[in-house]
Amino acid sequence: MNFNYKPLAAALIILTGLFGFSCQGGDSGKTLPILGSREPVERVVNGETIIDTVYHQVPDFAFINQDSQVISQETVKGKIYVTDFFFTTCPSICPKMKSQMLRVYEKYKDNPNVVLLSHTIDPAHDTVAVLKDYADRMNVRSDKWHFLTGNRDSIYDMALSYFVGVQEDEQAEGGFAHSGDFMLIDQNRHIRGHYHGTEQEDVDRLMQDMDLLLKEQQHEEK
Amino acid sequence: MKKSKLAGFALCAMALTTLTQCFTDKQNEGKRLYAQHCQSCHMDDGSGLRGLIPPIAKADYLQTHRDELACLIRQGADGPMVVNGITYNKEMPGVKTLRDDQITNLLNYIQTNFGNQNERYTMSEVKEMLEACPPHHE
Ligand code: HEC
Repeated sequence: MNFNYKPLAAALIILTGLFGFSCQGGDSGKTLPILGSREPVERVVNGETIIDTVYHQVPDFAFINQDSQVISQETVKGKIYVTDFFFTTCPSICPKMKSQMLRVYEKYKDNPNVVLLSHTIDPAHDTVAVLKDYADRMNVRSDKWHFLTGNRDSIYDMALSYFVGVQEDEQAEGGFAHSGDFMLIDQNRHIRGHYHGTEQEDVDRLMQDMDLLLKEQQHEEK
Repeated sequence: MKKSKLAGFALCAMALTTLTQCFTDKQNEGKRLYAQHCQSCHMDDGSGLRGLIPPIAKADYLQTHRDELACLIRQGADGPMVVNGITYNKEMPGVKTLRDDQITNLLNYIQTNFGNQNERYTMSEVKEMLEACPPHHE
């Protein structure tokens, strides 16, 4: 006897489709994951052991922006921010990253709870004056989008804390190899998402996630 | 008689297909070269980067400096440059490895895409321009 599997298979496909769909549900209940390592930490309260989860947190930092102002964890306190690593003379992926970051800037430039931090990985060339010229030409406000320079090693260590790969590399175009990642950081300095800064669709996703995070923040304040 | 007519027809058809193939290939070459050497800075849609990298799309510069573009591609550019009323001042690296015919295809591609409808170049025209490039110091 010949059994016809086709209708069954079709039904299965449709069912999985429906199930998958309902599983994701609406966006309303969605929260973003916290990226990085987590460690259980025990503490004793009233003789009972309580286990807290400690998430990877971006460490304290201090860099100089295009206006020679010190920018630190205090600058981003209570705000969400997007960060990336670049250099002004980079011929490969940086122009695309910057044109995508400009979209983020334009969308949130009037939102006081959002900040953008772009670190140079070529601080020897990218001085305050060079970054100032760069930012001014793009016509972006320095209280919203900070172009950061400073001690080379501190910048490279910072990239590691954000899980962004950077290194000096004579083989690479422009002398530095780095990823085009945009990282999204929440008001508690937890990393909540990573995006390909050269791809329009992924930057669309970043802006959706930023909206989610801003809503989450509002809830916490209430 | 009939045979030679047929042969002639076949030859003609062959010549036509190679010609059109040649033509489309050349068009694709301009596009391919743009993607390979220019797109990272001037963007997929030729819009450039605000204030820092001038646009190719609807750039007046393509017409007002038409005769300098071949050398610009080979030698690059630096110093202030005004495009559509905005002053840019950043270095553009030249691409020394491009042959005269490749530069011709690339120029024709940018002059006739991204909303541009400018005059095309002939190969000999571009050759002449390249021979007359100003001396360039590294
Ligand atoms: C590293 C980034 C970069 C790359 C790659 C690049 N350009 Fe440019 N281009 C620039 C900059 C910056 C200027 C402005 C130069 C100045 O300020 O003197 C410019 C200027 C131009 C101009 C004149 C102004 C305009 O936009 O109409 C043309 C035409 C041009 N580039 C075409 C090309 C072509 C064709 C290629 C590929 C072979 C290319 N560029 C590759 C950055 C780049």
